[in-house]
Amino acid sequence: MFGIYLKRELSRRKKVALVVALGLALGIALVITVNSVSAGMQKAQDKVLESLYGLGTDMTVTKARSAPGDNASGGPRFEFDAQSDEDEEQSSDRVMTQGGEALSASLVEKVGKQSGVANAVGALTLNVTKVDGSFTQGQAQSGSGQSQGEGGPGAGGTSTGQPQVQGGGASFDVNSYSVAGVDVTDQDLGPLAGSEITSGKTFTTAQSNAKVAVLSKSYAKENEYKVGETFKISGTKYTVIGIATPESSESTTDVYLPLKQAQTLGDAKNKVTTIYVKATDSQRIDAVKSAIQKNISGTTVTTSADLADTVSGSLSTASDLASSVGKWLSIAVLAAAFLVAGLLTSSAVSRRVREFGTLKALGWTSGRVTRQVVGEAVVSGLVGGVLGIAVGLAGAYTVTAISPTLEAELGATAGGMGGGPGGGMGGPAAQQSSNALEIALTAPVSATTIALAVGLAVTGGLIAGAFGGWRASRLRPADALRRVE
Amino acid sequence: MYELRNVTKRYTRGKETVEALRGVDLTIQDGDQLVIQGPTGGGKSTLLQMIGGLDRPSEGSVELDGVDLATISEARLTRMRAEKIGIIFQAFNLIPTLTAQENVETALVPLGVKPAERRERAAEALRSVGLGERLTHVPSEMSGGQQQRVAIARALVKRPKVLLADEPTGNLDEGTRDDIMALLEGLWREHGLTFVLVTHDSSIARRAPRLATIRSGRITLTEQQVA
Repeated sequence: MFGIYLKRELSRRKKVALVVALGLALGIALVITVNSVSAGMQKAQDKVLESLYGLGTDMTVTKARSAPGDNASGGPRFEFDAQSDEDEEQSSDRVMTQGGEALSASLVEKVGKQSGVANAVGALTLNVTKVDGSFTQGQAQSGSGQSQGEGGPGAGGTSTGQPQVQGGGASFDVNSYSVAGVDVTDQDLGPLAGSEITSGKTFTTAQSNAKVAVLSKSYAKENEYKVGETFKISGTKYTVIGIATPESSESTTDVYLPLKQAQTLGDAKNKVTTIYVKATDSQRIDAVKSAIQKNISGTTVTTSADLADTVSGSLSTASDLASSVGKWLSIAVLAAAFLVAGLLTSSAVSRRVREFGTLKALGWTSGRVTRQVVGEAVVSGLVGGVLGIAVGLAGAYTVTAISPTLEAELGATAGGMGGGPGGGMGGPAAQQSSNALEIALTAPVSATTIALAVGLAVTGGLIAGAFGGWRASRLRPADALRRVE
Repeated sequence: MYELRNVTKRYTRGKETVEALRGVDLTIQDGDQLVIQGPTGGGKSTLLQMIGGLDRPSEGSVELDGVDLATISEARLTRMRAEKIGIIFQAFNLIPTLTAQENVETALVPLGVKPAERRERAAEALRSVGLGERLTHVPSEMSGGQQQRVAIARALVKRPKVLLADEPTGNLDEGTRDDIMALLEGLWREHGLTFVLVTHDSSIARRAPRLATIRSGRITLTEQQVA
């Protein structure tokens, strides 16, 4: 009887049931969409942070920044042979540690011994600027006869009394790329942790000072390097042993070398630019950060939370919108939907006073009548829940399908970050610049979100049913007669 | 057997207190038929509510087979209504979305009768009031007389001891009124029910062996010779 009565009543009051269901559906759809978009935002932020750290890293330790000029090594300087033959190709690599500042490698061990630190690995990030091209010597001419002389690049002119230099010039390509020195004994943490070796192999522990390299997939493709081939950095020949594909497209390291090789290359013996730290417990990250800062002076500790604060741009704006406006809008719509559902159900009970009074006169208990009212409201709520889940899923899938691109500006205040996408020149000034990353927004719907939606649907139905049920329970059987007097 | 002693019912409407019943004493023997007549607002429906356990008196006692309906728990009173008292209303009070058979079944739900038996007994009750062909009709598909027959079937399906009818012909035309009254009187005799009928129809009142006239909350009993 409960089911038949419920079904018939909902059919009779389709409009009211639909209004209740649609109200709840709207609220639930909003909750699902906002939740999934928020999850997408979080995922995007995590992706951004991952690109800076690599997987498994809880924080990085870098040298505290000093005032510009103190340690600055100045702009890059290139040496070319001006005595060379005409049109000879010349090449020069300028290798600098990122930021021009490095820590003593002994600090890696010291950091590793701090309370709450599970693992610490050092890495050295270098920026290599490669300049290659050729000079064309100018031709020196005298007024009466021709004689060759040397002319500076681009020099030229005419003079009747003195020898004249004509022609000459230079043509150079300037390319820069980043090199990361990797501790080959522990690759689970550090610059290579966030990449997958998709061709060849990674370093072995025996290759701690071998002239071997792993290249990023994009760098290898751009320069047409393959596993087994060799290439030179600053005159040293390296053999490519593997190609690494970063799990995050934002990783900007081009070449990975064994740490010792990178230190030799960057003239930074026993130096590292970044210490990657893994905490024993993610809940203790702040305590570990404090311990390192307290016990090891002259360092900057950057956690993922610090990095998250440096994220700006449309990703940050959208994230703020999702977490504030979206959340409150969902709550407001849900509260309104619950209230409307409650009032409509209560109003429906008012119109059925004689009906419920009659049932009580027939011997139905208040509990049975209340269950009937609550049952109708809960079914309305569930219908709203199903509609809301469908609309919410559609919304989330639409967001994922469109994948709007959000821009994340990073590192504007994250000075001292090592291993990050700090491509470009390595002077201190370069660190001040921010790095803009583009992230495609997705809206993943988790089982928890669906469970939350179902919970809200049932809650909405129960709240509506409570309004109506409370009213129905207070009816007296005599109301069955009183209404017809 | 009903024993009503000094039954008084007061209602408060705003600042005003209205006495709908004033010290009513009444005895109704098992199997008796009593017609309650009186002007509108005189207290006849209130008296029916007291007898039917639909409301409780402000003062006095309403005993049904020795159980005082005025003082027993709500749960027990509900149970008494479900088991012993069948009620027919002037406006039929059928559930508009349920079929005739389902409406009759609603009286068996609180008794815990199994669905199959419920359906069978409801169909039988409808056949006994001449609606064997209308089991699946909803109230809006039936005439007033047919709807009242469904209500009568609903009141009788649980085999009650008492049948209460509040103006059962008030919404019916004259011809249908006589049919319904003939049906009720036939069922009363057939089942040996205690039958209490509220009406302001003098032609019905004249046919009752016992007439209670209620005015301004006070009752006057008249024994009548019925042909």
